[in-house]
Amino acid sequence: MSNIHVTTSINGDPVEFVCAPDEPLLDVLRNRLGLTGVKEGCGTGDCGACSVLVDGRLVCSCLVLGVEAEGAEISTVEGMAEAETLHPLQQAFIDHAALQCGVCTPGILVAAKALLAKNPDPTDEEVRFWLAGNLCRCTGYDKIVRAVQDAAAQMRSA
Amino acid sequence: MLLWGSLRSFADGRAEVEVEASTFKEVLDRLAEAYPGLRPQIARGVSMALDGRVYREAWFAPIKPDSEVVLMPYMQGG
Amino acid sequence: MALDSNGKRVFKVVGTRPARPDGVDKVTGRALYGADVSAPGMLVGRILRSPHAHARIVSIDTSAAEAMQGVKAVITSRDFAVVEDASTRDVQVNCMADGKALYDGHAVAAVAATSAAVAKAALKAIKVIYEVLPHVTDVDAAMKAGSPVVQASRAVENVPKGFSENVTHHCEFGHGDVAAGFAKADKIVSRSFKTAATHQGYIEPHACLASMTSDGKADLWCCTQGQFNVRSLCASIMGMEASQLRVTASEIGGGFGGKTTVFIEPVALALSKKAGRPVKVVMTRDEVFKATGPTVSTSIDVKIGMTKDGRITAAEAHMRYSGGAFPCGTVDMGAMAGFAAYDLPAVRTYGWNALTNRPKEAAYRAPGAPQAIYAVESVVDELCQVLKLDPLDVRLLNAARKGTQSSYGPVFDDIGLVATLEAAKAHPHYHAPLGAGQARGLSCGFWFNFGGNTCVSLNVNTDGTVGVTEGNPDIGGSRASISLMAAEELGIPYDRIRTIIADTASLGHNDVTDGSRVTFSVGLATIKAAQDAIRKMCGRAAKIWGIDEEAVEWIDGAAVPAGPNAGKFPPMSLAEIAAVSFQTGGPIAGHHEFNADGAGVSFGVHLVDLEVDKETGATKILRYTVFQDAGKAVHPAYVEGQMQGGAVQGIGWALNEEYIYGADGRLQNAGFLDYRVPVASDLPMIDTVILEIPNPGHPYGVRGVGETPIVPPLAAISNGVSRATGVRMSELPMSPPRVLKAIMARG
Repeated sequence: MSNIHVTTSINGDPVEFVCAPDEPLLDVLRNRLGLTGVKEGCGTGDCGACSVLVDGRLVCSCLVLGVEAEGAEISTVEGMAEAETLHPLQQAFIDHAALQCGVCTPGILVAAKALLAKNPDPTDEEVRFWLAGNLCRCTGYDKIVRAVQDAAAQMRSA
Repeated sequence: MLLWGSLRSFADGRAEVEVEASTFKEVLDRLAEAYPGLRPQIARGVSMALDGRVYREAWFAPIKPDSEVVLMPYMQGG
Repeated sequence: MALDSNGKRVFKVVGTRPARPDGVDKVTGRALYGADVSAPGMLVGRILRSPHAHARIVSIDTSAAEAMQGVKAVITSRDFAVVEDASTRDVQVNCMADGKALYDGHAVAAVAATSAAVAKAALKAIKVIYEVLPHVTDVDAAMKAGSPVVQASRAVENVPKGFSENVTHHCEFGHGDVAAGFAKADKIVSRSFKTAATHQGYIEPHACLASMTSDGKADLWCCTQGQFNVRSLCASIMGMEASQLRVTASEIGGGFGGKTTVFIEPVALALSKKAGRPVKVVMTRDEVFKATGPTVSTSIDVKIGMTKDGRITAAEAHMRYSGGAFPCGTVDMGAMAGFAAYDLPAVRTYGWNALTNRPKEAAYRAPGAPQAIYAVESVVDELCQVLKLDPLDVRLLNAARKGTQSSYGPVFDDIGLVATLEAAKAHPHYHAPLGAGQARGLSCGFWFNFGGNTCVSLNVNTDGTVGVTEGNPDIGGSRASISLMAAEELGIPYDRIRTIIADTASLGHNDVTDGSRVTFSVGLATIKAAQDAIRKMCGRAAKIWGIDEEAVEWIDGAAVPAGPNAGKFPPMSLAEIAAVSFQTGGPIAGHHEFNADGAGVSFGVHLVDLEVDKETGATKILRYTVFQDAGKAVHPAYVEGQMQGGAVQGIGWALNEEYIYGADGRLQNAGFLDYRVPVASDLPMIDTVILEIPNPGHPYGVRGVGETPIVPPLAAISNGVSRATGVRMSELPMSPPRVLKAIMARG
């Protein structure tokens, strides 16, 4: 099988790459494009560490093929901050100690950003159910929920 | 000094033994001399609680005449 | 200067909650974990694993794989050194089977190839002929004479005769006349328990990048809780000198004890050696479950006698643990910790370890203690129910305190159990009304906490900032805590300090990040290193002022003359002394190396409200509060985080998580879909109450925090479920089918 040429947009920048027809988007992002902020925890769509947005839709990049990025807009954790200014979610995660080891953090930030785009004022329960696909083994989720709610409040008042 | 239960069978069944020692290392050496059956466990590693304070393989930890000394297995954590 | 006096109680920066130094890297995706680095010319390493629970390896034919285009190396156990030390050899054989496959997923060969696809195809081309042997995965079955023997002749000298050869370890702890104690009891409860093996479940799979050159030098990058331990294990297994192997710890995506040993690192080194190129090995999640350390599976009998008014008269437990296919001493810690929360006139615990065809146990947060304390706290709760006593009052009545001879021997110094129980009793949670069908459970928990070998360097930069170099991977914010303690001792702001984790060539040995030892031991070494630097800075000031060193003291980040007789000089700040350091004798650095002792034990109490769905057997956690004696909480946000995270791992253990083996001895749920760890929607907020009973063995009173919180949830939840259903639960996890079965059996 020969590789396929793909033209896409990642974090707002035009990107071209080649990949194998059966290669997951996750492997393309990490191994071909150096976007190692996207983490692999399972490769089977169970942990959410590889969460990215494809045309605004939250997906596990391990379950999407690289070739499906053709013509799409991909967003990863690397695109969340505006130059020196962290996204309110990123700042809130630091302020609330909502990360310990931090390996689930990129996926959770991307997922939370997708939630707040849909629902700027979620209940705790809505946050918990939205993030149910993102495993965190360190924090027990308490501080994560608080950080998301704090960022949501800041974004609403901004 | 106190021995934990499974060591007692190698110390004539006694839970409490007396040794002349002023450091952790001397305790281990005297025990190994008096009770050769304890040598394999000492080789695998032991900790010592000295007046409630736990030392891991600290040879020169000083022991006072009235110190309470308890031997414990060398512990591993997570 | 009184720098060695213990008992600092007023703090300027310790106890605050500043941003962690690695925070921005971790929220922007810049932090580099095990799988995140690459090297030019790097190959992909993959491991072939046994599909059998127990099998003799008759032959391995690697010739077809070796002949494939793109395959650069194929290795088996023959490619490793001969190791004498038994425990290191066990680690080696666990990394690569030698003669026998001991569990489903045991590595038997490995390849390095130019791509993942080629590596995968090469694994398929390796021909292994197995002679399948009978297997055993249950600890009780494995102990019986006549059980399939996993490894022969591995028992230590104190194991009594009459058991299967699988029994490798026996221990006994306790004091007092147990028979006389039981004779004084008004009520005796005996009950047997089982707990499933659970996995640490870190989200980052094991990953490493090894580069070994033909002159025998090697570099290894890996996610680990202890780079120095990785170095010593890999050097032994590869037959290298330690100095030739430099190990760098990556950022670590969770460990919980599971990354305190090696699995793939020697394999990557051997592949790199043979291929002459760098090799990266990253485990799949399936491999993580099958071949890395779960905790022990256990079977425990507990017997406790109590008077009508709640005084425990005697206690006894028999604990049978299996640490998988290799000898394991974790039962020692269960047998020591089981009754630690109680002041007992008579107590005896007996422990056994048996080999089974399961992966080699790796430490998991307070290893051995949660299972033992689950069984003990369940029986205490049952006695409270039978005797109609308040479970907190009974624990207070029997609580270990200063001066108590612990169930494992030593007499306790200052401990916080009574204060923790009283805090729980006074908390609104304990008095909140319960709804219909709801129940409340509680349990005590305990962990020893460790000290250990530690080495810290503290460098004073000429611009008045400070670098701290330590050797323990930061698994939950420890760089922030270390910086806080350095700032406190030096008297400078937190943000002038940067703490980094050194590789093995840059610092002396440090024990692994385990036993909740880092904030205690590395913190203590940092304080001592700061004091060393302070002594040197006072010396420089003395020279500048032309007075005696003894006449200078350090106050609020500056050298000042000690008293009016010393002379009248304005204070010289750290920055001012640092700025002229080149002119006054050269760079200024403080160091401290030691084998830390004086770690303080830690107790916790957990309260849980829950309800059980009688139709499905599913348990819902409604409210949860963690009370814990943390000693001084250096960075309270991360102390809370440890308490919350530990509690939730315990909740998963209590309700869902287990290694499920089929009749064929193969693991049936090696993935996050079927091995279900708690998700956000399963849980309420986890409230925390930190008690700060100072550890007399640390100048700031620091204990350890990380492990104790996983201990109480097992029994707290089991006691809640037992009260909610009216059936005493005795097996973990209390998965919905198991709870439903118990409800149906009750009728």
